[in-house]
Amino acid sequence: MTASLILIIIMGALFAAGVYAMLERSLTRVLIGFLLLGNAANLFLLVVMGEPGVAPFFGAADSPEEMSDPLPQALTLTAIVITFAVSAFLLALIYRSWQLGQADTVEDDEADLALRDRDAEDQDTMGDEITDEDDDATTDFIGTDTAPIVVLHHRDLDAIRDDAPTDSPRTPTSGDDR
Amino acid sequence: MSALVPLLVALPLLGAAIALIFGRQRKVQVGVSTITLTLVLAIAAVLLYAVDSSGKAIAVSVGGWPIPFGIVLYVDRLSALLVVVSSIVLLAVLLFSVGQGAADGDDETPVTIFHPSYLILAGGIFNAFIAGDLFNLYVGFEILLVASYVLITLGSTESRIRTGVVYIVVSLVSSILFLAAIAAIYGALGTVNMAQLAERMSELPQDVQLVLHLMLLLAFSIKAAVFPLSFWLPDSYPTAPAPVTAVFAGLLTKVGVYAMIRTETQIFRDNDVNTLLLIVALATMIVGVLGAVAQAELKRILSFTLVSHIGYMVFGLAVATPAALGATIYYMIHHIVVQTTLFLAVGLVERRAGSTSILKVKGLMRAAPVIAVLYFIPAINLGGLPPFSGFIGKFALFDAAAQVGTPLMYALIVGGIVTSLLTLYALMRAWNLSFWREDEEQGDEGDAPDRISYLGGAPAAATTTERRVIPRIMTLATAGMVAVTVALTIFAGPLYQLCASIGEALQDPVVLVEIAEEAP
Repeated sequence: MTASLILIIIMGALFAAGVYAMLERSLTRVLIGFLLLGNAANLFLLVVMGEPGVAPFFGAADSPEEMSDPLPQALTLTAIVITFAVSAFLLALIYRSWQLGQADTVEDDEADLALRDRDAEDQDTMGDEITDEDDDATTDFIGTDTAPIVVLHHRDLDAIRDDAPTDSPRTPTSGDDR
Repeated sequence: MSALVPLLVALPLLGAAIALIFGRQRKVQVGVSTITLTLVLAIAAVLLYAVDSSGKAIAVSVGGWPIPFGIVLYVDRLSALLVVVSSIVLLAVLLFSVGQGAADGDDETPVTIFHPSYLILAGGIFNAFIAGDLFNLYVGFEILLVASYVLITLGSTESRIRTGVVYIVVSLVSSILFLAAIAAIYGALGTVNMAQLAERMSELPQDVQLVLHLMLLLAFSIKAAVFPLSFWLPDSYPTAPAPVTAVFAGLLTKVGVYAMIRTETQIFRDNDVNTLLLIVALATMIVGVLGAVAQAELKRILSFTLVSHIGYMVFGLAVATPAALGATIYYMIHHIVVQTTLFLAVGLVERRAGSTSILKVKGLMRAAPVIAVLYFIPAINLGGLPPFSGFIGKFALFDAAAQVGTPLMYALIVGGIVTSLLTLYALMRAWNLSFWREDEEQGDEGDAPDRISYLGGAPAAATTTERRVIPRIMTLATAGMVAVTVALTIFAGPLYQLCASIGEALQDPVVLVEIAEEAP
């Protein structure tokens, strides 16, 4: 089997960049990292297809040897669809996270925070962990005029107004169901 | 008979579509979900009977493609048994959640989305269990994962988003790893069909096999929550709604374990990482259960015991004798049922007492004797007290390991016994505090006896929610699951025989290859 060296190099770069971006705390960058990783994996599938040939349709080539291997193409298509669906979900999640006033950062786990509070004197060991105050510093879209959504301050849940129509099956409490 | 196989996946997906159409009519949704899962259970039972009595697996090629090229669905005894057990669990949890939804309205569970997601989750789980090629296994994983992303962030409250993100990102990484592993395997062998992989894998050099093997194992270990890849689980499970946590705990990690069993026994037969797996299993058992001992909140305790008991299954898998594999499968069945039941029982505790912190809840024995029984039976079962199925499973596992008899095996057996005792300790401590402690005994709420005062700083030790009525259907669903756990003990003889025959068949790859190739 022969494979294109350039594709392999691009694949490696995508994997590296994807892993790097996924390690960020900002969810938007995690999403970008995931997209890069997904594309890297798809490229990998393309690379293992081997030498490209004629489109694998019936009658397109005289012998099967001249055709591309169709199976990796089918696998790649499936994987692209899955990546697409998951990205859509992640976008919704990022939007919701914004709405809730957490910015779009991955927060520290409750259990880890409890542990940190328990031995307050050993704070130096956790010194490099992010604290609540500078959460905002890790997001890309806060504090600029172009920020698409007003970021509320932490746990200020009463101020959230969700204008989206609800699909509640109960008798609606607000007047948005006609 | 083979026409029934694709229905296992098609029915839940169809049901999900119908449930989505009738989004505003809760009763229709409930009816559709219940009927769908009941049908799947019936089909799976028929398939299990057919496969078991004929002793031959059923392979179906979807779309009529010749076997190595098309999508192959493959039902042997192991797949059929797991589909039967998981559809029972899914059905019971569905009834539980119906009761919860009927009592609370849809404040916590937006009903419109819950039923379709739940059915898609079911479809994904069944697809993973009957997948005959690696890529279909990947698709099954993705179906169930995407549905689980929706379910774990259900209602999208702040805490659920926060913990859900951890779960989602970790799952994404494992999916990409799995996909990359599939690409590498295709590149090396030119097939993703499990039967062909089993044939061709031995032609590869050992080091290439090892790389492919470890990539797959890594992806599955994240999903199965094997130490040191287990840290996401206790973070993310406890905040989800009770029925969702119950079904995740019972089934999602087991799908990972199932994939590990298939890879270990049928694909990488002469590439041996059993020593590594044994050490990892020991660490999973011990670290997991120590986490459980340090927790004060019932759902967290259960999440940690879940991690720790995955260790038993990896242990049995790594011993790799037919007896050990049979014991692993029995243990897996036992654990799916018991862990789900415990989470359901804790869901009842949460509603009755308004908290799941064992420091806060007290006097439940007198106040709610039914819940006490429903918690106690699965708890001692998980802790491995005779005569329950937990004891049978562990005993069979240790027995199989002792027959191999290397020093590492004995270390694992000792580790397993210690884990079992510590599990019992963690669960019985919760029992003593929450159920046996009298309401008046300790004055102010939240006062813990001095011996366990170190638990005061544990996460969520002070969380309370409002107390709510428990509809009868929730109690009935939990009671039904407790009955199933007891049935696992009563019918341990025939069930264990079935598991043992599965264990023997797993040693023999030829079965898989032959049947996959002679199918129409």
